[in-house]
Amino acid sequence: MDDFLAARSQMALSLGFHIIFSCIGMVMPFFMAVSHFYWLRTGRPVFRNITKAWSKGVAIFFATGAVSGTVLSFELGLLWPTFMQHAGPIFGMPFSLEGTAFFIEAIALGFFLYGWDRFHPWFHWATGVVVGISGLVSGILVVSANAWMNSPAGFDYVDGKYLNIDPIAAMFNDAWPLQALHMCLAAFVATGFAVAGVHALMIRRGQYVDFHSKAFRIAAVFGTVAAVLQPLSGDLSAKDIAKRQPAKLAAMEAHFHTEKRASLIVGGLPDEDAQEVKYAIRLPGMLSFLAHGDFDKPVAGLDTIPKENQPPVAPTHFAFQIMVGAGMLLLGLSFLYFLALWKGWLQRRWLLGLFTLATPLGFIAVEAGWTVTEVGRQPWIIHNIMRTADAVTPMPGIRYSFYLFTGVYLSLAVVVVFMLYRQIRMVGKLYHTNA
Amino acid sequence: MLYVVIGYLWAAILLYLLLGGADFGAGIIELFTSRKNRSRTRKTLYHAIGPIWEANHMWLIITVVILFVGFPVIYTTMSTYLHIPLALMLLGIIARGTAFTFRHYDAVRDDMQVLYNRIFMYSSFVTPLFLGIIAGSAVSGYIDTQAGDFLHAYVFSWLHGFSISVGLFTVAICGYLAAIYLIGETHDPDEKLRFIRKAQLFTGVAIGMGGLVFLTAWVEGIPLTEWVFGNVPGIIGFSAATLSLIFLWYYLRAGKPVIIRLLAGFQVTMILLITTYRHFPDIVLLKNGDTLSLLAHQGQAKTIESLGIALLAGSIFILPALFYLLYSFQKEEAHG
Ligand code: HDD
Ligand code: HEM
Ligand code: HEM
Repeated sequence: MDDFLAARSQMALSLGFHIIFSCIGMVMPFFMAVSHFYWLRTGRPVFRNITKAWSKGVAIFFATGAVSGTVLSFELGLLWPTFMQHAGPIFGMPFSLEGTAFFIEAIALGFFLYGWDRFHPWFHWATGVVVGISGLVSGILVVSANAWMNSPAGFDYVDGKYLNIDPIAAMFNDAWPLQALHMCLAAFVATGFAVAGVHALMIRRGQYVDFHSKAFRIAAVFGTVAAVLQPLSGDLSAKDIAKRQPAKLAAMEAHFHTEKRASLIVGGLPDEDAQEVKYAIRLPGMLSFLAHGDFDKPVAGLDTIPKENQPPVAPTHFAFQIMVGAGMLLLGLSFLYFLALWKGWLQRRWLLGLFTLATPLGFIAVEAGWTVTEVGRQPWIIHNIMRTADAVTPMPGIRYSFYLFTGVYLSLAVVVVFMLYRQIRMVGKLYHTNA
Repeated sequence: MLYVVIGYLWAAILLYLLLGGADFGAGIIELFTSRKNRSRTRKTLYHAIGPIWEANHMWLIITVVILFVGFPVIYTTMSTYLHIPLALMLLGIIARGTAFTFRHYDAVRDDMQVLYNRIFMYSSFVTPLFLGIIAGSAVSGYIDTQAGDFLHAYVFSWLHGFSISVGLFTVAICGYLAAIYLIGETHDPDEKLRFIRKAQLFTGVAIGMGGLVFLTAWVEGIPLTEWVFGNVPGIIGFSAATLSLIFLWYYLRAGKPVIIRLLAGFQVTMILLITTYRHFPDIVLLKNGDTLSLLAHQGQAKTIESLGIALLAGSIFILPALFYLLYSFQKEEAHG
């Protein structure tokens, strides 16, 4: 493996790892706040038990999210020093504000986790809500930094120099609002379905049905509502990209040749040498409609982009198909859930079975979506300004660092899953009260 | 505004050294506690650092963010030439943070605990060691941006006697801070006595390691003596720290937790002050004699300004909440 590829892989691995924990860190506090609220209002111990059981999971995820995030803030410099030297002062604003959000989150979490029976119950409840809000705010802020890489703003680029830096303008770049919206929804979809799926499995097994049904209900409502909104937000993002980053859109759609009634390609194997897609289903005019809201409007293909500025087509296209596919499945399941709510089918085994199967889908979509965003931006690290290859560290031997971090992250992933498994298996012992 | 940002940078480093240091030190103490007393120590430790440990490592993140936003050349030079110790420190941070949480939250108590404990203790030692090595390397003048080969550019930039002794000194300081802190966190007289002994032990170790730092500096031709004693504030700071140590030993026996904490905090502040005072505004010294200065390598005016505002605004939110957190759990302590 060459060092440049190793650096990119290490970055992707670290971010791909972190994003799972940050999604959970952003969303679980809200689930807990709901069940905590029911506990305070109804006094039924099952809700206190759910809140406590979840808060243990959150503590595990929070710690892992925090250390992987700390690693990231160093890795940006360890792997991409040239990028950070120029980008740091420009896109630094969201990171400086994020510091505050993290701090508040960490402080509120201290109150929440260690505050049972110590504070006024509603103060204690409110600290949990603060954890959620500040987590969400930090997610939104950090996406601004990524959006800036897609749509650089807040400086003048003259003769290779970055002049007239304006960090506020950089923060409010064009890509931010839609990317942040899509990311927040994604966090709710992914976490909601993952949590609902695990509890659905336990209900199907007939264990502590009361506990798991209530937990399932809370997670499923959040997940399904977000899953209905997600394709709408994704469609807005795609239209935005058609304007801002035509190369990325073309790679997502494996759209090699500029066409008038451009067809939407579903599935298929993109062949970059032959500039065509084999074995695909084509829906004529649909791509024009999706990108521009008009069946006849031409959509720029990869042929409008110089060869050296084209992103890799196959990974971007596959990743996009995976994300949209997962999104559609989750949308279907959400409608089924609403139907079930109406008809009172919530305890049906097939419904629970479908939710169990859907457990990983949201997170698969998250990983795929980030692959679209990041790989689709290549070969640029800052769109149309700096090439990724020019940003990488001069230090040789990054591949060994990549192997090392891969090993560490893999073992961490195994331990986290193992701990979660034990956490769930112990539900009966720890929380089963007859009251 | 530049001086506000630099002030925050210095304060973040100091707070990380004090709070994060006590936190690392707790693991170091556990490592040097005999097996039969460990589980008792572990309980006190968890009680003492549990609620605040998440907040502690935020100081490190703030330091990094200030560096890469405000002083990007300094950040990228350090992260390029000190890549290896930084990466090793990161592995330490990952191991420590996760092991600390896992051992508390694992729903089943079994042999896994032994593994978590071991990882926690060793990474508590390794992480500050590398932090110290990084700090030592920055000012040692070994970073060679013109080096032609891998070893000189990326290994000898940090692998030498002075940096390693700064690393060991940092470890000793962490253990010392933690021992002082833990004395006030326990009500059990036996345990209190154990922590007092540890505090005395680590004072000795820290003095020894401090001596080693001066020795290696002398051997490697780093003008440390001149930096510390070549100016009036340095001499005053050094004398004040030494003097406070005498008081501290006196109060250690008397068992006055607040006073000894303040005195230990004062000493560490003085150490950071005298080692940075003479250098200011340079924070990285390079082999070819160039320096990376906070004044000459600051970002553009607007960046520094918005960074300063973000930090000031952040403090308005954070500081009251942080104090309330510490206060609530301290009050609890006094009652319980
Ligand atoms: C649960 C997760 C999930 C689901 C179901 C979807 N997405 Fe997505 N998508 C993401 C999770 C995600 C993401 C991981 O959160 C990304 C990566 C960057 C971002 O801001 O969001 C993303 C990026 C992303 C982008 C690229 C944005 C950019 O590069 O700036 C587009 C065009 C879409 N999505 C479109 C869609 C469409 C049309 C969907 C229809 C079903 C869809 N997404 C479902
Ligand atoms: C605000 C957040 C983010 C920042 C600042 C950021 C920054 C970067 C940087 C500097 C690189 C290396 C250069 C490159 O290959 O493009 C990179 C690559 C990458 N990042 Fe991001 N990223 C962010 C979010 C994410 C997230 C959350 C993911 C989650 C999966 C992700 C996935 C990737 C991938 C897959 C690559 C490798 C691209 C390739 O191989 O071509 N990024 N990112
Ligand atoms: C889009 C991608 C990202 C999202 C949505 C995101 C979100 C979050 C969230 C919600 C947390 C809180 C921790 C938790 O609850 O588990 C967190 C932690 C953290 N993230 Fe990220 N993050 C992203 C990418 C990044 C990047 C690129 C960096 C570094 C440059 C980073 C640095 C950090 C740090 C330092 C922490 C630890 C803060 C703490 O101790 O609480 N994150 N992230």
